[in-house]
Amino acid sequence: MDAMPKWADVLLVPLISIVIAFFFSGLVILAIGENPIDAIRTMIQGSLTSSYGWGYTLYYTTNFIFTGLAVSVAFHARMFNIGGEGQAMLGGLGVAMVCLALPWPHWTLALPAALLGGALFGALWAAIPAYLQAARGSHIVITTIMFNFIAFSVLNYLLVNVFKPPGSMDPATAVFPPGTALPRFSDILGVFGIPFSAAPPVNVSFFVAILACFGVWLLMWRTRLGYEIRAFGHSESAAVYAGISPFKITMVAMLISGALAGAMAINNVMGESQRLVMNAVEGAGFIGIAVALMGRSHPVGVFLAALLFGFLYQGGAELSLWTNIPRELIVVIQALVILFTGALDNMVRMPIERAFLAARRRRKAREAGLGKTEPAE
Amino acid sequence: MALDADTAGRPSPAAPDQTAPAIELRGISKAFGPVQANKDISIRVMPGTIHGIIGENGAGKSTLMSILYGFYKADAGEIFINGQKTEIPDSQSAIRSGIGMVFQHFKLVENFTVLENIILGVEDGAMLRPSLAKARKTLKDLAAEYELNVDPDAVIEDLSVGHQQRVEILKALYRQAQILILDEPTGVLTPAEADQLFRILARLKEEGKTIILITHKLREIMDATDTVSVMRRGEMTATVKTSETSPEQLAELMVGRKVLLEIEKQPAAPGRMVLEVENLQVIDDQGVERLKGVSLHVRAGEILGISGVAGNGQTELLEVLGGITKGTGSVRINGEEIDLTGKHSDGRTRRHRGIAHVPEDRQREGLIMDFFAWENACFGYHDDPSYNRGMLTDNDAIRGDTEKKIEKFDIRPANCWLTAKNFSGGNQQKIVVAREMERNPEILLVGQPTRGVDIGAIEFIHKQIVALRDAGSAVLLVSVELDEILSLSDRIAVMFDGRIMGERLPVETDERELGLLMAGVDKVPAGVSEVEAVEANLDAAAREG
Repeated sequence: MDAMPKWADVLLVPLISIVIAFFFSGLVILAIGENPIDAIRTMIQGSLTSSYGWGYTLYYTTNFIFTGLAVSVAFHARMFNIGGEGQAMLGGLGVAMVCLALPWPHWTLALPAALLGGALFGALWAAIPAYLQAARGSHIVITTIMFNFIAFSVLNYLLVNVFKPPGSMDPATAVFPPGTALPRFSDILGVFGIPFSAAPPVNVSFFVAILACFGVWLLMWRTRLGYEIRAFGHSESAAVYAGISPFKITMVAMLISGALAGAMAINNVMGESQRLVMNAVEGAGFIGIAVALMGRSHPVGVFLAALLFGFLYQGGAELSLWTNIPRELIVVIQALVILFTGALDNMVRMPIERAFLAARRRRKAREAGLGKTEPAE
Repeated sequence: MALDADTAGRPSPAAPDQTAPAIELRGISKAFGPVQANKDISIRVMPGTIHGIIGENGAGKSTLMSILYGFYKADAGEIFINGQKTEIPDSQSAIRSGIGMVFQHFKLVENFTVLENIILGVEDGAMLRPSLAKARKTLKDLAAEYELNVDPDAVIEDLSVGHQQRVEILKALYRQAQILILDEPTGVLTPAEADQLFRILARLKEEGKTIILITHKLREIMDATDTVSVMRRGEMTATVKTSETSPEQLAELMVGRKVLLEIEKQPAAPGRMVLEVENLQVIDDQGVERLKGVSLHVRAGEILGISGVAGNGQTELLEVLGGITKGTGSVRINGEEIDLTGKHSDGRTRRHRGIAHVPEDRQREGLIMDFFAWENACFGYHDDPSYNRGMLTDNDAIRGDTEKKIEKFDIRPANCWLTAKNFSGGNQQKIVVAREMERNPEILLVGQPTRGVDIGAIEFIHKQIVALRDAGSAVLLVSVELDEILSLSDRIAVMFDGRIMGERLPVETDERELGLLMAGVDKVPAGVSEVEAVEANLDAAAREG
């Protein structure tokens, strides 16, 4: 029997991990002579108490949902896709090429096309490491890391030599046509008369990300392909026994993973900057790893974890704006959250499991003492 | 409850007037998380006796012995060696207390010689030469004393499994073990080698050594031991004198209810030819030839049993027929050739051709241990139209189907929302068996159907295999358990070194003859004993491989 109920596994353990992470973050802030209570207040005020703050938090959340889902799908096939960063960069290229190709009349046409472009480029960038893994056994971790660097260089070359408008000194593409501008939350909520700050870049991509969560859930738990991906991820030998091709699953899972990472570009490239710049991804590909780990590779978990990291990102930005806490410390806090929720997961999990077991034993003993007969195992 | 296993009246020659037990455990308990592996176990083993510990997989035998050998620390309880309370925090102190252990999987350095393995860890001084010389002399004495003949200069990987086991015993004796624990020692031996092992054990007993034999085979307990303890679910249910018990009683003590040890079945009525295999060859990834031209056939309504010591090509035979590995040669199903190159076929296409496959290793192949029972119950058949609705899987239909299987095959607990790892070995196997048998396949490939399965489930699974045969399926049964082969098969083929050594009818053969075939001995040459012929052959095979 499982050691503890599902709610404890899914909610209690991560929550306790987060509390511990914040406790240690507080100690670090104390150590540099600042007040941790003030710090957390600044973070919450800056990210969760205004539509401005929420706008930024949800904008980052959208990025992290896409990359978190990307890492999750690969995880289910027991592959560690560290290449989300590069795949999202190439996704940006795909989105930019689609947006610049036509004078798009309306965003409802541009968005599906750009989504396809971003997903396709992300998938293609993942396809090469996937093939090397499936056919040659080259480890996906190594190849996807290397492909992040290659993506950066390729994009750098293309922006400087191909896409930079003549006369510009900035390594970026031209601004996209106005028909590609995605409605922001202020536009959408404005229709219903709900005021929302127009400054933050959160846009309709957020809903696409939620749809992607649902799509990934449907894929993994309601289709044959998802079933085969999960079976392969749990046991390659059993998959081969059942007639599931490791080559096919490796390729397909990585293509989906890359496509999800690439799809992120509709948010940061199309939704926010309206042109492709260098370093548009801002590390979201790597955050996706933490999000997938913390979210236990389940879309609901990924959504919640993405929200947490969206808060950390926005709150951290506010922190460096309004306090003397340096920007670098935000990275420390994020790292502590990753450390406690991902790497040190068992440190929290084991004592909680033991507590549940002890409680169950006590309950059993009490019931036995009351004369209730417990059926033999 | 531990009855006294005292064997007074049978004084041990080494210590005639010693009455303290060689080993005494008092109230040993050990839990792993929620699992209570050992519950308040007490046992006394007198010196100069062979004590058997029998129990089903997971009964806690190995945990108990690991505590005795210092691998685990007991949560509660005391250990007495020769009447003295002893702490055994690690295996070094176990060895110092005179305990030697022969593991199921040997702990030998494959490319060292016998002599080098023997002194490993107990070399005296920095230079090897004196230790080796000393060991060579000791080894010679031991060999003479206990009939433990092994060439001291042979490299381990050139030795047969039986001889490697002797090296393990010699290692323990060289470390002056007075108490020898053997964990499932006959699992990898041919019957002739097993007999030889039991002769050695009897000899060790005569010299005053105390032996603990852990096994799940009732026959070995009856043949070799003086006293026997039965374990069930972490508890010691009884300790009795072997001469005062019977296999039936032991089986009942192991399972907790009466069990049928024999299978009732009617003579087979073989029908049309279903499976024809000709000159089947398999070369593995390392380029080693695993199947060297196997030919066999199975008709509808008969069971062909493949007997042999593990590792002689049976696994590869099942895997190539099941579409897991590639091969060359010819395999026909109902007269139709099937693709062996792996290009146009895999496990899935084999299933479409009516081949069901209960794999040898259910945890590695047959099941996904982290999947729910219902997810496992459709594994491999998940593209079946009845399990799908358009693009999506019809999980309700799969669960409904699983509920039916759970009921029909009496899978416990009857809950399709439990993951496979939460079922006992027997119930895990029932999930696989239910899945593969429920479709009335043309051909059933079944490997080690009852390995690690409790006796109650063995009975059930055997009945199901026979029922499937009677329903007209062709069954290819691979098992290393000779009893299972003899009682289930309508014909028996013996495999050795990737070849079929011969085919026999169960009524016309016996364990002795099959045992010789399992060692590759077709005819015993004149002037050589059977054991010598077996050993010569196995050593030759080990050197060649």
